[in-house]
Amino acid sequence: MRLTRRPAKTLAALAASTLVLAACGSGGGSDDGSVTLTITANAISGGKNANGADWIKTWVIPRFEAAQKAAGRQVHVLFQPNGVDDEQYKTKMALDLKSKRGADIIDMDGIWIGEFAQAGYIKPLSETAGAAVDSWEGWTQIPQAVQGLGIFEGKKYALPVGTDGRVLYYNKALFKKAGLPAEWQPKSWQEIIDAGNALKKLPGVTPIQINAGTAMGEATTMQGALPLLAGAGAEVHTGGKWTGGGQAVKAVLGFYQQIYGSGLGDPQLQQEAKGRDKSFLEFSENKIGILAEGDYFWRSVIAPDIGVAPMADRDDVVGYAMIPARQPGGGIRGQDFVSMSGGSARVLNPFSENAAAAWELLAFMHSAEATEAELAMADEARITARTDVNDKVLADDPMLGFISEKVLPLTAYRPPLAVYPQVSTALQEATAAIVSGTSPDEAAATYQRKLEGLVGGAGNTAG
Amino acid sequence: MSGDAAGLGRGRAAAFVLPALVLIGVFLVFPALWTIYLGLTDYRLTGLAAADPQVVGLDNYTTAIGDERFQGSLWLTVQFVIGSAIIGQAGLGFAIAWTMRDRRGPVRRVVEGLVLLSWILPGSVVAFLWIALLDRDGGTLNTLLGTPENAWLLDNPMLSIIVFNTWRGTAFSMMLYAAALENVPPSHLETARLAGASTFQQLRDVVLPRIKGHVLTNLLLISLWTFNDFTPFLLTAGGPEGRSEILPVYVYNVAIGDGQLGVGAAVSFLILAINLVFALAYLRLIRGRNRAEAPLQAPSGRGGG
Amino acid sequence: MNGPMAPTGRRYVGHLLSRLALTALLAVVLAFFALPMLWLATAPFDATPGIHVSLPEFTLANFGAILDNPYALGSLANSVIQAGGAAALVVVLSALAAYALSRVRVPGRDALLYLLLLMSSIVTGTAAMVPIFELANRLNLIDTHLGVILVTSGGLLPAAIFILKDFMDGTPTSYEESARVFGAGPLQILWHIVVPLVRPGLATIAVWAVAGVWGGFLLQFILIRDPERAPGSVILYTLYTEGGQPNLSLIAAFSLLYSLPVVVMYLFVSTKYGFRFHGGIKR
Repeated sequence: MRLTRRPAKTLAALAASTLVLAACGSGGGSDDGSVTLTITANAISGGKNANGADWIKTWVIPRFEAAQKAAGRQVHVLFQPNGVDDEQYKTKMALDLKSKRGADIIDMDGIWIGEFAQAGYIKPLSETAGAAVDSWEGWTQIPQAVQGLGIFEGKKYALPVGTDGRVLYYNKALFKKAGLPAEWQPKSWQEIIDAGNALKKLPGVTPIQINAGTAMGEATTMQGALPLLAGAGAEVHTGGKWTGGGQAVKAVLGFYQQIYGSGLGDPQLQQEAKGRDKSFLEFSENKIGILAEGDYFWRSVIAPDIGVAPMADRDDVVGYAMIPARQPGGGIRGQDFVSMSGGSARVLNPFSENAAAAWELLAFMHSAEATEAELAMADEARITARTDVNDKVLADDPMLGFISEKVLPLTAYRPPLAVYPQVSTALQEATAAIVSGTSPDEAAATYQRKLEGLVGGAGNTAG
Repeated sequence: MSGDAAGLGRGRAAAFVLPALVLIGVFLVFPALWTIYLGLTDYRLTGLAAADPQVVGLDNYTTAIGDERFQGSLWLTVQFVIGSAIIGQAGLGFAIAWTMRDRRGPVRRVVEGLVLLSWILPGSVVAFLWIALLDRDGGTLNTLLGTPENAWLLDNPMLSIIVFNTWRGTAFSMMLYAAALENVPPSHLETARLAGASTFQQLRDVVLPRIKGHVLTNLLLISLWTFNDFTPFLLTAGGPEGRSEILPVYVYNVAIGDGQLGVGAAVSFLILAINLVFALAYLRLIRGRNRAEAPLQAPSGRGGG
Repeated sequence: MNGPMAPTGRRYVGHLLSRLALTALLAVVLAFFALPMLWLATAPFDATPGIHVSLPEFTLANFGAILDNPYALGSLANSVIQAGGAAALVVVLSALAAYALSRVRVPGRDALLYLLLLMSSIVTGTAAMVPIFELANRLNLIDTHLGVILVTSGGLLPAAIFILKDFMDGTPTSYEESARVFGAGPLQILWHIVVPLVRPGLATIAVWAVAGVWGGFLLQFILIRDPERAPGSVILYTLYTEGGQPNLSLIAAFSLLYSLPVVVMYLFVSTKYGFRFHGGIKR
């Protein structure tokens, strides 16, 4: 017969080859008594945070393995890179930990520590790795405030990697054209508005860029709403209560209205999906007068050569000033100036099969030597968690020295609670409403209503 | 339709269906049912509710249905489906298939090639293409129209993503209608034309009755796919101020952005329910067709040449 | 309605006008579909690509830079394995199922298909991420190509069966009957008689499945750990800075490389098998 049994064979072969092809390369472990540790981070060679990834691959891993070998232990360290938006990375980490799997050392935003701890995904370091944690030499080098990035409900869950601060950047060339001083330090919100009004006369220039709206996401909260709220004397979460649509929030929204209601800011820029990128580009093209951003902007955006919107003459043209309180003494803790800070931290996986070895690796990554090596490899200064390292590296960079000396002492941190991202979104929506013409009172009332829905009623809100 | 021509019998037929059914059962039905269950809990990605999720009954549903943002999102999605799928993709797809029906040669190949290319290119690449087209400064469209600073994605976000999705998905409808039109015997069209029927009359009286089934299949599938299309997120991120936040984007923002997996799951089920309403409406129409057309059905097989 | 025929002169003018309108329509359609593609034609070759189309300051440096990326080329191979594997699985399983469903009357068949079709909308949405992940975890499918293939296939199968069943319904059954008289088994009949008739349909389903998996991102990202196994869609997203700004010179070049395999596959399939629906009764 011409009709053979080929079809069945072909089908089977096709299916089998699919499975074989697909199954090849599922990770295998070695059973020769050696220990395998895994590090993961939202960093990847040739892409996002490439410097951090390269440091782990070419510095941390070989040195740690060599040191362990010298001590007579076989340790393999693997690095699992990622390169995605924070919320996607967070989802993956949460799924891994929920299933009691995942890397032994996990890099995460400090703001996630609380919600991960509440979910039972992570445990205090000493619970996972024992007494070795408390006797670590590094603790004395990390300032209390920075340690706070890894602390939840009084317990240390993570080692902070570093921190940052927020300032007002201004374009000295534009300031000169507008008849404003080259060394500028506003002492109240009104002085920002005054400078904006002077800049408004320049053609093609957007005087002020304070992030607003939901398109910029957390950048709106961190660079806009929260520093302003701190300047109005309030924190978003304090004494167990969330700050509602009272005086402070109304003041913040009123300031937004002064900017976006009178042509001092570009409302469309706040709405575009790529608005933040565009604001960077415009600042680097001398089209924005004043911009509120973190030190990331200085290090990675407008940095000559390596920035995404490089300014060759950055050091001459760009000035920076502390963010003033609404009026002198009106900020949180009665301060004249305010800021907000965040930073990433590294946790131990509580389900690690080699917790003691993982802690050794984690401590090694946070040693002075390793921290300096990372900065040296990246050829950039950054505010690390360690005072001894900062003292060495920040001396060469006046901008980071400024952040470290002037800004960090007056900064504040966000509440590490699971509901915070939604509160943050509600704040962003309130600023968005102002940009599209709603009155501060109305936007504040809407915010209050949403907040009560999020945090379980008016009893959990204040002010 | 047909009897059991190949002599399959129930047993062998079951064996043929089984592999697909097993795969679907494990990787589709099971996670889908699990998701539906999550929709009844206050489950979150992180925080206390992740450690100990509680069954909250229909709370997520009542909250979602009462939420202005959900209602707005639903209305936007209906606009999106009607505008981009039913009018845009099906309409343009049919128009192209109709104009191309007796053409052969390079023109047809180029047109079909381009339409198909926009269908198969990866979504993230396509997003860059459309942002470059619609961008406020330096976008291709503004340059062509001489309208600098016209922010299409901000001023007309829904129109933008409707046009975008028409571009993205027309290929499927075009192919389906091209095939369907081959079932319409040219002699019938010729007869109608000689009798003085206008193009519209030809379409209504000769073409439509023969391709009605294809039209409905097409509408069913593209509505479902459009209802679940996440790609517009890459263009507008649901903005500005939620003015293009269609339901798949809403689910993403709620489930991944806010970490409220329970609410996200509930809304997913609501999307399914709404799709079911669409599907039932289409099915009614298909049933109507089958009954009305049964006598005509018989020998329509090998038309064309 | 059916008035007398128009005089030939008017008919000629009418004909001319309609041809003109047709040409105009074609031109508009061509422009509509071609315009957005311009970026992909220019930006990869531009020394300073932006999010807009400009005459490039010609360079191939972007390609050099993306080839330096340790994962770029490998990720395309991974995409081929995952998308190809899923497409093969979907085509084979859906062809078998669609054939059986088309030839044998099963009560509730249509309702079941619709229900599965609807359910696929849940699983392709983001809310199903946790169940899918936990399922893959328990089946030991995390960080495997097979995991991606099985999960994506599950979402694609209902629509594939739905479409293919339509094809199979349209093929004449007389050949099958005569083959049966000569003693051919059902699998042989399917392979030698039905498959050749519906080949363009199978090709269409294959391309559709490949394109669907090729562009998918979130699921692949969640399931894969080792970047050596990550597909192109996941690697494309790594080409951003820590603050989320796109590195356009890398992204533009990679976008082109990442799109080429699907385009080549489409061209191959369309010249070899024809690329349209309803192959069986075509011609």
